[in-house]
Amino acid sequence: MTRFNALNLVKNALSGHKNWTEQWPESQPKAEYDVVIVGAGGHGLGAAYYLAKEHGITNVAVIDKGWLGGGNTGRNTTIIRSNYLYDESARMFDHAVDLWQGLSQELNYNVMYSNRGVLMLAHTVHDVQSFKRHVHANRLNGVDNRWLTSEECKEFCPPVNIAKDARYPVLGGALQERAGTARHDAVAWGYARGAAERGVDIIQNCAVTAIRRHPDGSVAGVETEKGFIKAKKVAVSASGHNSMVMSTADVRLPLESMPLQALVSEPVKPIFPCVVMSNAVHAYCSQSDKGELVIGSGTDQYVSYSQRGGLPLIEHTVAAISEVFPIFNRMRMLRKWGGITDNTPDRSPIVGKTPVQNLYVNAGWGTGGFKATPGAAHTLAWTVAKDEPHPINAPFTLDRFRTGRLIDEAAAAAVAH
Amino acid sequence: MSKYRLRGRGRVDSSKPVVFTFDGKPYTGLKGDTVASALLAHGVHLMGRSFKYHRPRGAIAAGSEEPNALIGTRRGPGRFEPNTRATVQEIWEGLETTSQNKFPSLKWDVGAVNDAAYMMFSAGFYYKTFMWPRSFWDKVYEPFIRAAAGLGVSPTEEDPDTYASRYSYCDLLIVGAGPAGIAAAREAAGKGLSVILVDENPEMGGTLLSEPQSKINGKAAWNWLEDELAALQAAGVKLMTRTTAIGYYHENLIALVEKLTDHLPTLPEDTPRERMWRVRAKQVVLAQGALEKPMVFHGNDRPGVMLAGSAQTFLNRYGVKVGNTPAVVTSHDSAWYAAFDLQDAGAFVQAIIDTRAQVRQDLQDEARARGIPVKLSHTVTATGGRLRVNNVRVNPVSGGTNVGAGQWIKCDALLMSGGWTPSLHLFSHTKGSLTWDDDLTTFLPKDTPEDCVITGASRGLWGVEAALRDGAARVGEALAKLGIGSSASEYSVEDDRTGSGVMMRELPTDRSPGKAKAFVDFQNDVTAKDLRLAVREGMRSIEHVKRYTTNGMATDQGKMSNINGLNIAADALGKKQPQVGLTTFRPPYTPTTFGAFAGYHRGEHFEVVRKTQIDAWAEEHGAVYEPVGQWRRARYFPKAGETMDQAVTRECAATRASVGIFDASTLGKIEVVGPDAAEFINRMYTNPFLKLAPGKCRYGLLLGDDGFIRDDGVIARVEEDRFHVTTTTGGAARVLNMMEDYLQTEWPDLNVWLTSTTEQWSTVALNGPNAAKLLAPFVEGIELTEEAFPHMSCVNCTVAGYPARLWRVSFTGEIGFEVNVPAPYGRDLWEKLWEAGQQYDITPYGTETMHVLRAEKGYIIVGQDTDGTVTPADAGMDWAVGKKKADFVGMRGLARPDLVAPNRKQLVGLLTEDNSWLEEGAQIVFDPKQPIPMKMVGHVTSSYNQGTTGRPIALALVEGGHSKMGETVYIPMPDRTIAAKITGTVFFDPENSRLKI
Amino acid sequence: MIQIHCPYCGETLPELEFAYAGEAHIERPLSPSEQSDEQWAEFLFLRENVKGPHFERWRHLHGCGRFFNAVRNTITDRFYITYKAGEPRPDLATLLEEDK
Repeated sequence: MTRFNALNLVKNALSGHKNWTEQWPESQPKAEYDVVIVGAGGHGLGAAYYLAKEHGITNVAVIDKGWLGGGNTGRNTTIIRSNYLYDESARMFDHAVDLWQGLSQELNYNVMYSNRGVLMLAHTVHDVQSFKRHVHANRLNGVDNRWLTSEECKEFCPPVNIAKDARYPVLGGALQERAGTARHDAVAWGYARGAAERGVDIIQNCAVTAIRRHPDGSVAGVETEKGFIKAKKVAVSASGHNSMVMSTADVRLPLESMPLQALVSEPVKPIFPCVVMSNAVHAYCSQSDKGELVIGSGTDQYVSYSQRGGLPLIEHTVAAISEVFPIFNRMRMLRKWGGITDNTPDRSPIVGKTPVQNLYVNAGWGTGGFKATPGAAHTLAWTVAKDEPHPINAPFTLDRFRTGRLIDEAAAAAVAH
Repeated sequence: MSKYRLRGRGRVDSSKPVVFTFDGKPYTGLKGDTVASALLAHGVHLMGRSFKYHRPRGAIAAGSEEPNALIGTRRGPGRFEPNTRATVQEIWEGLETTSQNKFPSLKWDVGAVNDAAYMMFSAGFYYKTFMWPRSFWDKVYEPFIRAAAGLGVSPTEEDPDTYASRYSYCDLLIVGAGPAGIAAAREAAGKGLSVILVDENPEMGGTLLSEPQSKINGKAAWNWLEDELAALQAAGVKLMTRTTAIGYYHENLIALVEKLTDHLPTLPEDTPRERMWRVRAKQVVLAQGALEKPMVFHGNDRPGVMLAGSAQTFLNRYGVKVGNTPAVVTSHDSAWYAAFDLQDAGAFVQAIIDTRAQVRQDLQDEARARGIPVKLSHTVTATGGRLRVNNVRVNPVSGGTNVGAGQWIKCDALLMSGGWTPSLHLFSHTKGSLTWDDDLTTFLPKDTPEDCVITGASRGLWGVEAALRDGAARVGEALAKLGIGSSASEYSVEDDRTGSGVMMRELPTDRSPGKAKAFVDFQNDVTAKDLRLAVREGMRSIEHVKRYTTNGMATDQGKMSNINGLNIAADALGKKQPQVGLTTFRPPYTPTTFGAFAGYHRGEHFEVVRKTQIDAWAEEHGAVYEPVGQWRRARYFPKAGETMDQAVTRECAATRASVGIFDASTLGKIEVVGPDAAEFINRMYTNPFLKLAPGKCRYGLLLGDDGFIRDDGVIARVEEDRFHVTTTTGGAARVLNMMEDYLQTEWPDLNVWLTSTTEQWSTVALNGPNAAKLLAPFVEGIELTEEAFPHMSCVNCTVAGYPARLWRVSFTGEIGFEVNVPAPYGRDLWEKLWEAGQQYDITPYGTETMHVLRAEKGYIIVGQDTDGTVTPADAGMDWAVGKKKADFVGMRGLARPDLVAPNRKQLVGLLTEDNSWLEEGAQIVFDPKQPIPMKMVGHVTSSYNQGTTGRPIALALVEGGHSKMGETVYIPMPDRTIAAKITGTVFFDPENSRLKI
Repeated sequence: MIQIHCPYCGETLPELEFAYAGEAHIERPLSPSEQSDEQWAEFLFLRENVKGPHFERWRHLHGCGRFFNAVRNTITDRFYITYKAGEPRPDLATLLEEDK
């Protein structure tokens, strides 16, 4: 495989780009693998990559019902941050941010990780209390995150409206400078290329219809549209469809799949230097390298796999953007799309071993899975390879819903009074 | 008259000149012109620069699918928008327009150096480089890429315009007012149905506007059109022009955006700029027509190269010749007619170059009769000219791929047609399925889950007569579903221009295909070579090809590029098109302003602001507000020159010294009534309520069934079967919903009614040693004495002449009353108390003082001192949990292993050793000397230094805090570490001695 | 925006009037104290999350205020039926047959 660098780019340019090779071959399933990963998103491909690279397990297949990177990896608003409140979350997401920093070099694939900073705006006294709690917890956890006054918010991101008489005035904000964005497709492609180079088979357009188990209950392999594939271990990382796949192995997960919509504007010259999130009004905005404003919305209220999403939610999201950034009211929406997110009751993921021997799961990342990609993949590979939790993913068990030991990032931001 | 304008031709008004500017230079067009048609009339083709290579570009199309001619449009301060399609923007006197993505000028653009490095900037080049050194991505490469990308510049001022939104319901909505749509409307008209016909253009007629030569049922096309539209109008059909159907949502909900002012020279008063219509239609007819495909060859993007059909539109609709000496390259019959029309209008067509070996004899005869040279089995391999095409290189092709010697033909425009693609965007929004048609080499609509039919060119039909007949016939299916019989009208059309063509990928060439600049996505500068490179690199799905190359992701959303891209990718993969797939069309159909989506929800209307009856008084008395839920609440009442701290300190002291008055109307209120009301409350709340006597109040704690605190409030048993429940301000709706859920679905046997009464009552709270003295003279029906009306009592009585529910409760530790009167009397009651209170130096206070006073007493605020992970025991409120109850919501949850585990975080008081104030949210550790990451054991939930205890106080959740009284914990701040002692949560009057009258 | 038929009001109205209320036919046990931790976790958290016909609850929040049940296809978002709370779970096979 040709290494990606400027020299090879020039050499190939001179030869009319005829000599580039496939970044990953079109694989057909073999009869048996050491590990089968269901779901060729960033998480699944990344896990395959780290299995091969760090654990020497290369007889691996990543199987997807569609094209690789076609689920939430390719449908999100690419926000990356780690300023989570609880130690467990902060460690997971900060591990991911550590890996993001060097991911382009690691993969020899420019994933365009851009630590332009993520600014979370506080609009109410309650927001201020909550965000400061995050800032202090992050500081003592070694996660960067600092408090900005409303004037400092404006300085950091000039389009922000800090008028005192706004419906939801900006009272300040929490800024994580190490946070940012990345090019979502490139993450999937980079991991796919790296995994394929190390011998991993990537099998696209081949739906897994069931997980088959041995009489002793342990995993035997997966049934697919192209027949049965034997596997010593199976890891399921199929965001949106995890509960369906896992139910075929009689493992029930506390998940609900909700539509999530996002949209982009027409491209304009640089105007928006960072990522801004406003939880109070549900506005999430950044500007892509191409110049489009990338805008996220909240989830629709009902379970759905339609990827269609409703108009009212989009209207609200755009209104929220115009409220926080009034100069964008004459900008135009170019396209909107929908994804399917797996949501757990505490909005934290379920990662690791399951009650079925040799079956592993990586699910429930809700609306925040993209940012975790390298961290989730890296620790999942460890867990699959060693059949034991990685210290970082260990708290994200299925059992916490029985004991009540939730990692409730959503509740931590709860509003009452 | 401008050089390329044909006087009297087209639908523009030659008696009405209109002056506008482009890049500062004034141009005169005619009323009815678009910016593009007016510039073309002056021979100006260069209108923009492309995205990546900054190549000079002109209009390629004449409508909303235009990818190249994007301009900035301005109408005075605040009214600027980038990326407007010059082919859509109508001109008006004084319109200012500017070109984009160029520096220093459109003609001389330094960004065009990218074009020279064309071979470097192949598909996905940025994934392969810019990685070294690592730190350079953020600091060097990305800023460079970002500055070069983007198209126009963002607006920088607030938008002064308004936008409206409306709902509409109709029996039949027809999208597209070309022949098919109009014929459909005609069948539906006059049958008692509500029918809406929309078209994105300023005029209805679609193709007919560009094809005036045809005769429909014996009438000249434009006469027929005028008569038909008048007839439709007379029959009550709602005709909407400049109205784009942008999206097709669930169950026949169509979003329409109607542009109302962008074409007007002066803005009318009180007219919104745009109006979003959400139309729920029983049946929908999609008649969106077809889009012409460009041809893919080296130099196909030079200004002056454009779609043949669009050239015909400029000629017939706007009276503009796009060139005097045009050439035509095509694989479809339709472009021949464009050549004929131009020739007949006085242009000298240099050649018709057709890639096909066989073309209909009548077309060849007509060309010959006009003296137009015809080159069949020919290809185009290059164009020349810097800012405008001035010649085209034409080569014979044999055997499909053998390209002979080239010959340059001079021309001042090159018209191309690669055939037509049905417009399936809205159909795709319905999740409708498509089927590939080998003959037409295009996708056609198949099934849709929505109640809609699709007609005309959108389903691959060609020619005016076919469209008319199909529109009339297909609407019958929709009418039948509405219970209306119909028989399709007959149409006959003379001089109809039917035709066919063949699909071409890139045109054959004698150049190295790897070096050809044959554009597929014009705006994004994606060439055929890029698409093939993507496939070579392993991109096998059309989604991968699209994302790797950005083909189809420009502001035309693939209208120009998707099908050409698919054909080329399929060829590179050696597969049939459907096996490679079609990328999904996503709303909106054309780029749509944020303002149209936001509608009325801007500024103070972004979200409703709830105000109490007393709010206006607070405003008059200088209150500073805070938003709480949807409410705005007075936070404090500063006197002149006071800071918040000073004001709150004063308000606290005054309340404890004499009497304070507080607007508590925002508290949620739920009336719980019925024979089983007590049983219901007893099941919902942790506290025992069965034995609470009428006339008494009790604090209530509400959990979720997971065992965590959700809400709290005082509950009064007004009568045996009637409770007045209060909730937190932000929690009212949630609590009522939760109560209804349990009542309706778990305990339907309970005979109870729930009613939200939050807005029915104004609640005025009086607190302080003089509260009773102040209030007593106003009260009839009860003596405000300790004996007659002790703490936690309630009574129905009269206060200041108003019927009232009077409660004796306290959230401050002082003697306290809450007077509930019917909401409209709130302000009058308040003012009467205010006036009478002057003798006691009555002080109004806001939420901040309320917070301080309650914290001094250790009363929690749900959502501040709890966060959804706190149990009653954690909050030190086990006393509120009825131990003898068989069940209540949350009881089982409380017994879960982690909720009874030792060392949970528990609510305690904190007093700093150095008397400094702690920041709310600050984290707590036991060992301040440990390295980062530190083991955190809790956080400060509430902290105040304005209170009456003479020192700062704080509440905090601390691991195992209840068993650590008197121990020291540490709060590491960025600049220093603060030591604090753990205490109980009551800082003031622990004996509650001040509650007594 | 989907449309929902309220079985109490007898009208089909836009989604904006309604609030989704999770999976249907999950009964709160009559004697919670007798439930094991596993059973309680199942009651609180485990949902079928069906792709296809889904039994779910809605509340006519901005109308009559009643909770009711529904069967909706989560692939198309279309409702097969809505029915009053307390009414028996309709037979899915019959519903799908009628829908054809």
